Amino acid sequence: MDAYLELTDVEIAFPTPTVPFVAIQNINLKISKGEFISLIGHSGCGKSTVLNIVAGLYQATKGGVILEGKEVNAPGPERAVVFQNHSLLPWLTAYQNVELAVKQVMKNSSKAEIKDWIEHNLKLVHMDHAMHKRPDEISGGMKQRVGIARALSMQPKVLLMDEPFGALDALTRAHLQDSLMEIQHELNNTVIMITHDVDEAVLLSDRIVMMTNGPAATIGEIEEINLPRPRNRVVLTEDAQYNHYRQQVLSFLYEKQAKTEL
Amino acid sequence: MKLPLFIEPYANLAKGHNPKQQILLIFKQLGLPIIGLLVFLMLWSGAAKNIETSLGNFPGPIEVYQQFNNLLDEHQAEKERAQAFYERQEARIAARLEVDPDFVPTIRPYTGAPTFIDQIKTSLFTVFTAFVIGSLIAIPIGILIGMSDGLYRAVNPVIQLFKPVSPLAWLPLVTLVVSALYVSESPMFQTAFIVSAITVLLSSIWSTIINTAVGVATASKDLLNVSKVLNLNPWTHVTKILIPSAIPMIFTGLRISLGIAWMVLIAAEMLSQSPGLGKFIWDQFQNGSSESMSRIMVAVLVIGFIGFLLDRLMLVLQKFVSWDKSAVLR
Repeated sequence: MDAYLELTDVEIAFPTPTVPFVAIQNINLKISKGEFISLIGHSGCGKSTVLNIVAGLYQATKGGVILEGKEVNAPGPERAVVFQNHSLLPWLTAYQNVELAVKQVMKNSSKAEIKDWIEHNLKLVHMDHAMHKRPDEISGGMKQRVGIARALSMQPKVLLMDEPFGALDALTRAHLQDSLMEIQHELNNTVIMITHDVDEAVLLSDRIVMMTNGPAATIGEIEEINLPRPRNRVVLTEDAQYNHYRQQVLSFLYEKQAKTEL
Repeated sequence: MKLPLFIEPYANLAKGHNPKQQILLIFKQLGLPIIGLLVFLMLWSGAAKNIETSLGNFPGPIEVYQQFNNLLDEHQAEKERAQAFYERQEARIAARLEVDPDFVPTIRPYTGAPTFIDQIKTSLFTVFTAFVIGSLIAIPIGILIGMSDGLYRAVNPVIQLFKPVSPLAWLPLVTLVVSALYVSESPMFQTAFIVSAITVLLSSIWSTIINTAVGVATASKDLLNVSKVLNLNPWTHVTKILIPSAIPMIFTGLRISLGIAWMVLIAAEMLSQSPGLGKFIWDQFQNGSSESMSRIMVAVLVIGFIGFLLDRLMLVLQKFVSWDKSAVLR
């Protein structure tokens, strides 16, 4: 298997007045095209740091990231990020927020093409009915939908999602997970998603990457999820295989890497 | 449609919704400020009677009001005189042209003394010129130093050093420099105007610079990351991310700057003898007639009222520019 995205020996140390603080180390991960990877681990274990390194927002102090044969060392639209708190520009409408991204990647397209593409992406996340509303006029779930549309509109090689549904209530989260599976079925993106939610990880992923506790966190175990797609959350609750995967992840988080101090 | 807040109680009163509460609301909105002003006028007139100066009693509200009307009348009379002057001149030129068609007329401007209203206009013009130019300088500098922590550290000591300097300290230097550098056969602006405008500018730009810088520097980290991921070019980064983030702080700075500019201007005009309200006050003081104190008091109140209007003007402008129409501005 030839890796599409490869993390090799990634380590990052943040300078402190005394000794540098090693947040993560020895991160080795090969991801193939179209794969959906979840990163799971306790708070503060450096999941976001890994994601930020892939995004190019942080620079690894050792090792590095290679995407399609090219080293990653700066942020760019081919590694679009869906941020936890949506991070929409509050002074722009949903449409304008997506437009800002689209204009960066479709510089040579006509106005009509750009407009079509923006509307297509908003339709994809079921936000075409509210595309001229500003973020403060729509709900949290809708904001995150627009955030996803903005990321998808850049046609990224890798879609990076930093706890995309973490701030949403359970019902909205389930809706968005279903939407995401639908979109993923259609576009077959390569995705790295950070999550705290075991069910979400098992439901969405092809592989779950479990991280040990920091400092100097690294990859503890990787669980391959061989469940047929499309997956249905209700049917799966009765599925022995699904429950086995859940049990594996839970056991990693609460037995092997149990966090004593909170 | 939603009515403006201050009209709502009247509309509700007309509709008969809970009249007791509406009247209470109107009393709060309108009654209390009026009572406050009335108490002030009483205290003023009471105190004024007891203050003896070399020019007579300190003027009370009534004297000041009379002088205010006098000043308006004088302005009206002066305008009529100017009108008559130009008419006479035109008639003369026309008569001359009839006899001598080759005659090239020169229109002589009317040179009557500027009235109180003229002085207000001059002051407003000066303060706006200084404020607009100052803001055009201060906002870009603020954005630049807000974007770079290093630049901020480098520039900050200079700003902190000059921010507390009184305009009067600048005035002599500005006067000397302007008279040395601004030499022209037919100057577009009076030297005095330039001197006061520059002095105002120098003392008022600092708070806009600092507030803009803080506004830009405190832009949300998440939005900065968005900008990085999207690879926005510097221009788009500034116009779509930084400036909208900083708008509330920029306006806070601009309002402080405009307030300072207006205060400084009066002092600068007094000291540099450049036309404007400051000169009006100084001239009245030198004049020393029985009316002088009342006239100065008129100027004091007018200065305060214009300062208040300028601040409101900035608020309206902020409401117009700001993306968040629901924000409560005060």
